[in-house]
Amino acid sequence: MGAQLFNQLLLPILYILCIAVPVIIAVAMFVYWERKVIGWMHVRMGPNKIGPLGLLQAFADVAKLLFKEVILPTSANKFLYYLAPLLALVPAFAAWAVIPFGDKLVLANVNAGLLYLLAMTSLGVYGIILAGWASNSRYALLGAMRSAAQVISYELAMGLCLVCVLVLAGSLNLTDIVHAQAGGKGFFSWFWLPLLPVFVIYFISGVAETNRAPFDVAEGESEIVAGFHVEYSGSAFAIFFLAEYANMILVSFLASVLFLGGWLSPLQGWIHADAPGWINWIWTGGFIWLFIKAFVFAFMFLWFRASFPRYRYDQIMRLGWKVFIPIAIVWVLVAGCMKYYGVVSIGTGG
Amino acid sequence: MLTEYWPILLFIGVATGLGLVLLAIGLLAGPRRPESEKLSPYECGFEAFEDARMRFDVRYYLLAILFIIFDLEIAFLFPWAVVFKQIGLVALVEMALFLLLLVIGFAYVWKKGALEWE
Repeated sequence: MGAQLFNQLLLPILYILCIAVPVIIAVAMFVYWERKVIGWMHVRMGPNKIGPLGLLQAFADVAKLLFKEVILPTSANKFLYYLAPLLALVPAFAAWAVIPFGDKLVLANVNAGLLYLLAMTSLGVYGIILAGWASNSRYALLGAMRSAAQVISYELAMGLCLVCVLVLAGSLNLTDIVHAQAGGKGFFSWFWLPLLPVFVIYFISGVAETNRAPFDVAEGESEIVAGFHVEYSGSAFAIFFLAEYANMILVSFLASVLFLGGWLSPLQGWIHADAPGWINWIWTGGFIWLFIKAFVFAFMFLWFRASFPRYRYDQIMRLGWKVFIPIAIVWVLVAGCMKYYGVVSIGTGG
Repeated sequence: MLTEYWPILLFIGVATGLGLVLLAIGLLAGPRRPESEKLSPYECGFEAFEDARMRFDVRYYLLAILFIIFDLEIAFLFPWAVVFKQIGLVALVEMALFLLLLVIGFAYVWKKGALEWE
């Protein structure tokens, strides 16, 4: 009984904490890194007072947020008002369950991994729309409507991109999808090459889906102050913040797994060297490669924010519906043809 | 096979717990000094003069309906993509027809101006 309890409950929870805690720390460091990078791009210093190089800035901010008052507006719907941040946070974290960090390094190696991810990322929109509606504030409602419409529009483009990956990989299992990219030509057998337009669309949709600059009209400060979470304060706001950043990091990991070969090494297949085990990951692949790739994508989120002016709302909708969806639909067929005529070599082993 | 999904369920539980703990800390550790001005909806200093749940643009509604239709079609593509290799040419032709129908619908929506925002 004791052993069973341990194996079925405590051990999985331990594994879950091994994912969730690093995600939380990654969010904190990502917030710090964002402020630092944007500071440098503005020729400023960025945070540098708290801790060495300002590294503890994000933790100080969290501590401050947790001890602030959580305001419940009089006209708000109390239950939904407190439910909304949870609905935003849970999918942003639960989606991590199926991410393969390495060949055998995955919490839940489920058959329908990609479908589960699509479901989880779609659920995030409920948190947004409930927050806006429950606050009973005009800015919040307007922000929620804009945000939800934008998220579901880009969801379509994203879904079509996933179909393209699926056609080539032939499996919904994320580990299989990574194995399918081990074509023996390293960097060039990953799916970014045959699916180049879709790869670009996927990442831009990911940026729009997380409501980040330059698609951040939902929280356009100069128009509708902060969008759907304008009425939230203290820890309730912190939860939305955590969810948004966890989502950004999730999109970075997903783009790496689906298009850049996950944990595979870009040198894989090119170099056959007999090296000691501790350095072998450089050409055989390992989770460090996944982290490097995800870091590059995460950095691009910040780079975009510092470089591009905000889109107008109609421009965002036009880009999503009239550019991305048609291209993605065409590429589904192109991917089908590539698969049928065997243009792309699909790997079977890692 | 379903046991693979157990950690996912646990993960959802842990994430919910995390959210609840954060909310609880905020509600218990934070100060609570209610005041009528502070608790009124934020309207940049103006009095909030009526309920905020006003009418909104019908285009949002239209968009939601379009989303449901297209998302459903994408959901149809998923099983096709998985078994594509086994079915071969038939799958390719069938999907070309399916996508053609989808594109006709899409072109109709576009032509009708449902995708216009100004």
